[in-house]
Amino acid sequence: MDISLLLKMAADAEPDRVGLTCDGRDWTYAQLWNAATGAAVQIAKSGAEHVALLDTGSEAAPIALFGAALAGVPYCPLNYRLADADLAALIARIEPAYIVGDVGRVERLAPGAKHVVLSRADFVAAAEAAADPEREAGEGEGIAVQLFTSGTTAAPKAAILRHSNLVSYILGTVEFGAADPAEAALVSVPPYHIAGIAALLSSIYAMRRILLLPAFDPKDWLTLCSTQRATNAFVVPTMLSRIVETLAVTESKPDISPLRAIAYGGGRMPVELITMALDLFPVANFTNAYGLTETSSTVALLGPEEHRAAQASDDPAVRARLGSVGKPLPTIELEIRDEEGRVLPTGEAGEIYVRGDQVSGEYRERSALLADGWFPTRDAGYLDAEGYLFLSGRADDVIVRGGENISPGEIEDVLLTHPSIADAAAVGIPSVEWGEAVGVAIALRGDVAPSDDELRALVRDRLRSSRVPERIERVEALPYNEMGKLLRREVKKLFQ
Amino acid sequence: MKAGTKLKSAVCDTEVMVIKLGSGAIECGGAPMVEERGEKGAVNPAFSEGTKMGKRYTDAAGTFELLCVKPGAGSLSIDGAACQLKDAKPLPSSD
Repeated sequence: MDISLLLKMAADAEPDRVGLTCDGRDWTYAQLWNAATGAAVQIAKSGAEHVALLDTGSEAAPIALFGAALAGVPYCPLNYRLADADLAALIARIEPAYIVGDVGRVERLAPGAKHVVLSRADFVAAAEAAADPEREAGEGEGIAVQLFTSGTTAAPKAAILRHSNLVSYILGTVEFGAADPAEAALVSVPPYHIAGIAALLSSIYAMRRILLLPAFDPKDWLTLCSTQRATNAFVVPTMLSRIVETLAVTESKPDISPLRAIAYGGGRMPVELITMALDLFPVANFTNAYGLTETSSTVALLGPEEHRAAQASDDPAVRARLGSVGKPLPTIELEIRDEEGRVLPTGEAGEIYVRGDQVSGEYRERSALLADGWFPTRDAGYLDAEGYLFLSGRADDVIVRGGENISPGEIEDVLLTHPSIADAAAVGIPSVEWGEAVGVAIALRGDVAPSDDELRALVRDRLRSSRVPERIERVEALPYNEMGKLLRREVKKLFQ
Repeated sequence: MKAGTKLKSAVCDTEVMVIKLGSGAIECGGAPMVEERGEKGAVNPAFSEGTKMGKRYTDAAGTFELLCVKPGAGSLSIDGAACQLKDAKPLPSSD
């Protein structure tokens, strides 16, 4: 079965219910379904082998996503924030494609290529005009979505999610039509991110109205939230931080009292920030979701009761769970393994492995799945005695100094205890003596700059001599991508 | 037949998607389900509790799982044994 079935079921059950609000226009499930079938007709006619979106979030995203599924062609939303050279390379990898969005940019970056390129308005109009509501969903054998990974450590890989992966994820985590008609989910993650795709699929299957914010801005987010009475929202930690900051300085507070469920994920959530948010939204249910593109989104959850229990507890082990990503979904198996692939006991950090029908672990070039279906995530972490998962960075980020494995997080955590340090990143830098040595980049808070010797002494006292940074670079701010992920390959360049 | 196949009731409007496939005949309203529906027969009163949209049904052994994608008057069974509603363990929305 292909993912278009999820929309078809909503359109069959309640055709006239509003499923999406974007830029002041409401779309019913029947209107979305009709447009998706029309898009499928257009896509099939074009002979394209991919459907790409080069645009901010809008109704074009679900119409292209489901239209591509109905046409049996992979949907491949592109990151419009990429620099020209990087974007041109990706556009070349998907030729011939049916591309929706920034026509001028595609023509400039891929002159003479065999793409069919349409503006958002032209695409939506053509899709609505060509509607073929009786069109049947396909067998769903193939690829539903292809996403280029953000490439924080290397060149982008083309991760593929099959219809079977995404359908398994939705059926395993969402009850059909479970949302009350008053519920509305504010979606502000970009369409090219797995969270943006999962938000569309989950909300449509739950029949929760989607409030699409084309590009995140904290003021716009708060305005949309209050005027449309959003009940649910998904944010990445950077967004939550900017919302909290904006609320703190806004004179007339917007009424966001209907907001009852805030889910977050996509990056490390500082414990101080979530604690502040729990105080600021005392009746909201917070859910922390951990997942990867290659796992069709969420594989572990820290639920609302667990957040409040941790917030209220005096037990340090329970309180620490505010910094965990919760427990694996019932449909997911999860293990922590060492470098030889042996399963590690509770409390020991290693690489996170997951297995389940929603886990693709596949790239265009190769599959990273092991023969028995386990996927090595390259994320490092450990489980506590109750089975809560704690992340400790990417396995690829580990610094190997003279055969000793050093997690950047432990050095960063120590540096962040210094009152003059606002942000810190530790990376491996080439060393003739050790193979790799520790380099740290720091962003300062205020004017008082601690000396290199002072920082080295801090690390030596709290950790041990192998963790002491060989080089320390001072920067205005560390490089992050728009989803709040630290770009370690950019940090490494500071030491070249 | 394989997982992912869509089946129609021969006696009512029910349509299901096969999510998990064991061995045995999948029936609705007391009659085997089909891929292409011909002339509709009558629902067997012993299998007439109806199917609900979006609900998942399993057999006692859990070898079959069927997702109702169109509701109808008949109810589901495997080789004459009635299927049960699969309990949904609600998860907080994470997207």
